[in-house]
Amino acid sequence: MTPRATPPLTRPKRKNPILRTRAPTVPPPLRSRIALGLTAGAARGVFELQVCEDCGVVQYPPREVCRACLSARLPWRVQDGLGELIAQTRLHHSQELYFRERTPWRIGLVRLDAGPSVVVHVHGDVPAPPARIRVTSQLDRANQAALIALPVQASLHMADDPELREMTCDPKFRKILVTDGKTAVGQALCQQLAAAGADLIWAGVAEPWKKLPGSDTLSAIPQLTQVPLDVTNERSVQELAGEIGGKVDIVINNAEHHRTASIGTRPGTDTARAEMDVNYFGLLRLAQSFGPALRARAADGQSNAVAWVNVLSIYALSNFPPHGTFSASKAAAYSLAQCLRAEMLNSAIRVINVFPGPIDDEWNQLILPPKLAPSALAKSIVDALRSGVEDVYAGDVAQEWFNRWRDNPKALERELAL
Amino acid sequence: MRARRKPYDGVAIAAPFTVPYARYSTRSAHWFLGRALAGVLAAAKLKKDDIDGLCVSSFTLAPDTAVGLTQHLEVSPRWLDHIPMGGASGVVALRRAARAVQCGDADMVACLAGDTNHTDSFRLNISTFSQFAQDAVYPYGTGGPNGSFALITDYYMRTYGARAEDFGKICVAQRANALHAPQALFKKPLTMDDYLQARPIADPLRLFDCVMPCAGAEGFLVTRPDIADDLGLSYARVLGTIERHNAFPNDPIQFRAGWALDREDLYDQAGVKPADIDFLQAYDDYPVIEVMQIEDLGFCAKGEGPAFVRANEFTVDGSFPLNTSGGQLSIGQAGAAGGYLGLVEAIRQLTGSALGASVPDASIGLVSGFGMINFDRGLCSGAAILAAQKKAPPQ
Repeated sequence: MTPRATPPLTRPKRKNPILRTRAPTVPPPLRSRIALGLTAGAARGVFELQVCEDCGVVQYPPREVCRACLSARLPWRVQDGLGELIAQTRLHHSQELYFRERTPWRIGLVRLDAGPSVVVHVHGDVPAPPARIRVTSQLDRANQAALIALPVQASLHMADDPELREMTCDPKFRKILVTDGKTAVGQALCQQLAAAGADLIWAGVAEPWKKLPGSDTLSAIPQLTQVPLDVTNERSVQELAGEIGGKVDIVINNAEHHRTASIGTRPGTDTARAEMDVNYFGLLRLAQSFGPALRARAADGQSNAVAWVNVLSIYALSNFPPHGTFSASKAAAYSLAQCLRAEMLNSAIRVINVFPGPIDDEWNQLILPPKLAPSALAKSIVDALRSGVEDVYAGDVAQEWFNRWRDNPKALERELAL
Repeated sequence: MRARRKPYDGVAIAAPFTVPYARYSTRSAHWFLGRALAGVLAAAKLKKDDIDGLCVSSFTLAPDTAVGLTQHLEVSPRWLDHIPMGGASGVVALRRAARAVQCGDADMVACLAGDTNHTDSFRLNISTFSQFAQDAVYPYGTGGPNGSFALITDYYMRTYGARAEDFGKICVAQRANALHAPQALFKKPLTMDDYLQARPIADPLRLFDCVMPCAGAEGFLVTRPDIADDLGLSYARVLGTIERHNAFPNDPIQFRAGWALDREDLYDQAGVKPADIDFLQAYDDYPVIEVMQIEDLGFCAKGEGPAFVRANEFTVDGSFPLNTSGGQLSIGQAGAAGGYLGLVEAIRQLTGSALGASVPDASIGLVSGFGMINFDRGLCSGAAILAAQKKAPPQ
């Protein structure tokens, strides 16, 4: 096996409508509870292993106690993943349907510089052993962590490797629905998805008569079509799903209703209802209409259906009282997104939840900087699709809130109340 | 300081029995183990009540263990053991039973291993074989041990210069041995060409490098020589044994196992040298592990396995008789019975009761066991040196 550079993907040919679409299968999803620590890291894009707090030994596979000193203090710590591929094989046979449908499949054994030996998937650009490599932890098609050995130096079309592409949701040559194309975030998303090689983009438009700044730029994107879509209207959602549902590979739900309201600052429930109608019920309507077709096409060739993206808010983790009803609607959407993720788990569709900090838009006018530019949010969404993570805390504020929340959720609740 | 190990005086192993193997069976493990007990009893002309010790190995007996089996078979042993050690089960069962008999905890122990095989058994077994396999190997598509042994074989070939033909030579010779053995599921001769042209399973492993899962059972009795004599049973003696688990945990990949740590102990206890061994029954789920056993058990130095293979013949009448009934590679792997197959064949060779061809004048045999690919390597290793009841008269 000689080292080679991955050839670039080519645009898939038009699908033969007579052939049956293969039903999705997933790699074996079962993990012990302790091994799910690896998945927790992979979900946000880091490769972590258990490192003994008492003796410093790094270990794998995950264990309940330290393999050297039997300590139970085993925090997960980020690894650089550097090591040596010392053996490899190409599987031509597997008991599991997922791999049976994808053989030959290259795997290997890596001795990490940090100590342990690990079984890994092996990227096609990695030379034959012995070879220096870098191991990363990726979510596989079962949305569980799996390790893959990558070349130390990235190559030009590295993302197009068939094993790596199985673990990511790369927009290249995929057909994407953005539910609200005209907002600042929607426009930035459409532009960046087009730049990332998306095959087709449908930009949903709820109110065609409404001219928003910059919305003309959408018509300059050659592969973009504007489609009527009002997520508060069940019929509108169903009609669009009937028309394009069988073609969409990635759904990005960025439709959002945002007002600055707490319990005491706005009488009545109209604003809160409107927020729930878009942010929560909008997601429910979309999921019911687009979910089944997406699931059915999860193994549909090189440009299969892969992902569902929810633009939530860091306020979904802990209520931000000045935007209290908005926070509540995002918390509801987050909860529903977890339900969607569970239902998508066995059909190889990744549900990516994006938690931005305050976006630099009209409804966050009175929030002090730093605020997240719409283009920066769009970039972190495209990055998430390319890298294959499932939880994204976009921007400095979201990162900081997430860390405070993870450290002590009660403390964050009090801090936000004061 | 470690105490000097006591010899296995006063131990006789007898009544080797094989329940005929089948690729698939609608029976359960209980059936195979029950028929194995009936077989060893018939071979010794004993009744169930004559058994006061029972030792059981099986992967497919769940939800039962050896305990449930006592009621299923309606026996009332005063000594009971369950050995979940796969390919090391035979040697380990022998060690346990031998000490029980020596110490008087039991007089007549039936050692049994057996498994059934349904069309989905193998996948179910390997998907949840161990926590490490479930978490860190099975999700990578490796069809059970195939993937792990492909990696081990790949490393061995790169490091020590083994060629496909070296492994092929072992497989071809074992098939030749199996053609004499009625219990073998593989009845067709195998040529080197057949071996090399067979479809790839997991590079560098080809079809005939991999054992075929099947159903079947093996059994034997462990007792005292005076009891065996009274019953008129031919028996073999135990000269020495070893077992080891999770040896060399810091090796980056498996290129040796516990035998390398314990072989001096084995030969010391037995009072023999590798050159005194008349045949080797090596654990053979894949040929690379046989080459490792040849090295680690001192028949040649580490890394000289390929040269040893090229210099020897492994048929029953060859320079180094290996797996004289065909081994698992040609008989089939009946789950835990695979860990008994070599030991049962060794007893047959040493008691003049081989079902197939006999090794000429065999008086000392070595049986080696290896089992349980938990994550990236096999954890259990064991070996026993057995001798014929009376040394063959000098020529």
